[in-house]
Parts: sequence; C-alpha cells; structure tokens
Amino acid sequence: MSGARLRIAPGYRLQWEPAQSCHVLLYPEGMVQLNPSAAAVLELCDGSLDADGIVAALEAKYPGADLAADVRQFLEVADERGWLRSA
Amino acid sequence: MSAAGYVPPEVPSRPLWLLAELTYACPLQCPYCSNPLDYTAVREELDTETWKRVLREARAMGAAQLGLSGGEPATRTDLEEIVAEARRLGYYTNLITSGLGLDAARIERLHAAGLDHIQVSFQASTEELNNHLAGTDAFRHKLEIARAVKAAGYPMVLCFVLHRDNTDSMDAILTLAAQLGADYVELATTQYYGWAWVNRDRLLPTREQLVRAEAVAHRWQADMKGRMKIYYVVPDYFEDRPKACMNGWGKVFLTVAPDGTALPCHSARELPGLSFPNVRDHSVEWIWKDSPGFNRFRGYGWMKEPCRSCDEKEKDFGGCRCQAFLLTGAPENADPVCSKSPEHGRVLSAIEQAAATPSERPLVFRNPRSVRRLHGEA
Ligand code: SF4
Ligand code: SF4
Repeated sequence: MSGARLRIAPGYRLQWEPAQSCHVLLYPEGMVQLNPSAAAVLELCDGSLDADGIVAALEAKYPGADLAADVRQFLEVADERGWLRSA
Repeated sequence: MSAAGYVPPEVPSRPLWLLAELTYACPLQCPYCSNPLDYTAVREELDTETWKRVLREARAMGAAQLGLSGGEPATRTDLEEIVAEARRLGYYTNLITSGLGLDAARIERLHAAGLDHIQVSFQASTEELNNHLAGTDAFRHKLEIARAVKAAGYPMVLCFVLHRDNTDSMDAILTLAAQLGADYVELATTQYYGWAWVNRDRLLPTREQLVRAEAVAHRWQADMKGRMKIYYVVPDYFEDRPKACMNGWGKVFLTVAPDGTALPCHSARELPGLSFPNVRDHSVEWIWKDSPGFNRFRGYGWMKEPCRSCDEKEKDFGGCRCQAFLLTGAPENADPVCSKSPEHGRVLSAIEQAAATPSERPLVFRNPRSVRRLHGEA
C-alpha cells in the first residue's frame, strides 16, 4: 500500500466517545477502543495523504519525535485488519 | 473479601451495545425464533418518541452499537425516523432483517437516513426448504434484497441459522452466498431458547452432521480467503465449556423489547423470579445501574459451585443463565454445557434424545396458532 493515499475503509467509522474518553473505531457489530496515538494516525487517513504524508504530518505536530517506524507498523496492522483502503 | 452476598463488580460497566427489538410482528414463522412463546400477548409497542428517548439515554451512558431487530424491524413504518435519530446521536446502526418489508427504494431511504449496516437472514439455500422453514414464500424476495443491499453500497452480509434440517446443505448454502457475491456469511447456530427450545429435539443436529459441516466450512473458508468471510461456530451443546454469554450479565449488553421491557439478554424474560424494568417507567440509567434485574447476576457473588471457585469464571462468567435455567431448573447453576457442571449429563442426553427423534416429526412454527396451542396445552 506504499504510495497510495489512505482512508478508513467503508463500513468503518472513527469517532470520539465521551463516555469512554477515547476514540473508537466502529464497524458492523463491533468496536475497538483506540489509544491516542492510534487515533492520531487514523484521523489522518482521510484520503488526502499516503503513508509518508501521514508520518510527515505527525512529525510536524510532534516535533523531535521519531515516529516513522511506529506509524508504518501501525498502518500495516490496521491494513491487515481491514480498517484501511487506498483512496 | 466479602464472605457472602452480592459484591458489586469492580469494572465500570456500560451498555455499549443496545439491541432495540422494535416489534414482534414478523411475516415469517421460523421454528427457531428466539422471540417469547407468548409474543402475541405483547400488544403495545413503544412509540417513536419513546424509542428516541431510549436511544438518547442509552447513548448518554455510552451505547455506541445499535442493533435494530425484532420480529421484523421493517414492519415498523417509522424505521427510517428511528435510524435517522440514532445516526444523529452517533450510533453505529445495524439492521437485522429477514428482508421482508424492504425493497430497493426503502433501502435507499434507510441509507440516506444514515443506516450503517444491514444483515439479511436466510433460512436455507433452496426455495423449497427456505420457504418451508420460513413458513412463507420469501426466498426470491430475499435474493432480491441481498442484491439491493449490495447495490446500495453496503457489504452483503448474510446470516443462515443452522440446525438439523439445513446443516447438511452447508455446501449449497455457501455456493448460493458466493453466487450472490456475499462479503460476509454468518453460519449461526440455533440457540435453544424460545421457539427453538420447543423444537429442540427436531432441530439439534447430530455429531456426525457437525463433523461434516465443519469440514465443509473450513474448506470454503480457505477457498474464499480474502473474498468472502465465513463465520462458523460449533453449537455450544457440543462443546465442554459454555459461551461467555453476553460478555457477562449487565456488563455491555442492553436489550429493549417491543413493549419497553429492558433485559440483560433477549431471552432473560423466561427466567423465573426476576422482574425486569420497563423503559416507560424508568430511565435507562436507573435500569442499568440500580434495577434488581440487571444486578441479579452481575459480577461473581451470585455463583454457586463449581463456578464459584473455578479459575475460568472470568472467561465465561459461568455461561448462560437462561440455559442454566432451562436445562437444570435453576438460573444460578453453572451452564450445564460445562463439563465441570454436575448436570452436564443433561446436555448429553438432550443430544441423544434429539438423535432419536425422527425427522418426520413436525416442527412447531412460530405463529399465533402455535401460541394458542402451546398455552392451551399447559
Ligand atoms: S426468527 Fe424468523 S420468525 Fe423470528 S423474528 Fe426472525 S424472521 Fe421472524
Ligand atoms: S465451572 Fe463455571 S466458571 Fe468454571 S468453566 Fe464451568 S461454567 Fe465456567
């Protein structure tokens, strides 16, 4: 999926849950709670950025942090679970 | 630690999952229906405004997944309005339907209202068996609806409820699903409550059938990998540990029945000595946190042996209370599916008794005539 712009797969919805104080990913008859860094990555999967772009955007937001490896690994896992599509 | 009595659970529980059984009305008559045996006695359904209040209150407590079922939820003419409100509140909305009462135009309207997901249930893979099991002529319409769901941009999710009469057709069922272009197929096992309990001797498959069916399911799972996802679980009667029923009583799951009765699981009405609150009289918050019905089997304090001292109790919570009641007579017993239960033999003899029941014995269909007969007989 390198190079492709990423978005959340159809049927999945990312949303903030006040009652659980976390972001969740909702899908048919299921829900996963996301930690803040996972949510930050998925929020950028809006169809406008590829993996490099997502890393760059996060590094701009958190200067000094070396995020590339973690972000790519998370994107791979997310893709395996069917959460992502190429836009 | 506390010596006896009820210990409130440590984990803060919330009703993350709301199942709204909008109606018991249904044009089908499935002999495994989980609706109560006296569903015809439930007259007054909640109106639109009350459903909206229930949705708001449960959402405020954290409910995020909403199941809309029944009966056939599409018999409610306000389904679109309920979906729109649910979506506005932030629910992920799942419609669980037989397809009856839907057509392509209505699916479009539901889509526009914000419906997230549709699951269409089938009874079998052939017109003849499907219509026999449904007690009505529904098969062709279901095929049409399955296609319309996909045309509207949803994944096609089909559910087949398996039992003795269709387990041997697993291959044909999956062939049909693949031909239709299904994305997900749920091969659900019959749960022996409600009407399925009445028909248990006729519906429980044999071990031999299950061994064959499992092999077929696994072959298809491998062949269709990446194209069609197939879920198949062995019926719990044939296991030696119970399922973690509802993830624990009053932990994440809230059902509201058509008349407003709030239940920790959709069969809990059958349990003796418990009264369940109604959303007409109480707030969802009181029902969830304070009502005696929802606290009755919370946590572990209510357990008897062998569950009480069992190191697996956090995995399965002692299994299903309704199954414990139906098979052993007491809901606080271990689910007898468990091989550690002193009453496990009852499950084994149920399997034997079913195997000795001829397939010619007629099924009891879920319809008003059967209700009258069942209650007249008592
Ligand atoms: S199981 Fe069959 S009869 Fe019961 S509500 Fe569902 S479609 Fe209707
Ligand atoms: S004894 Fe009770 S808690 Fe232990 S495995 Fe069996 S049902 Fe579960």
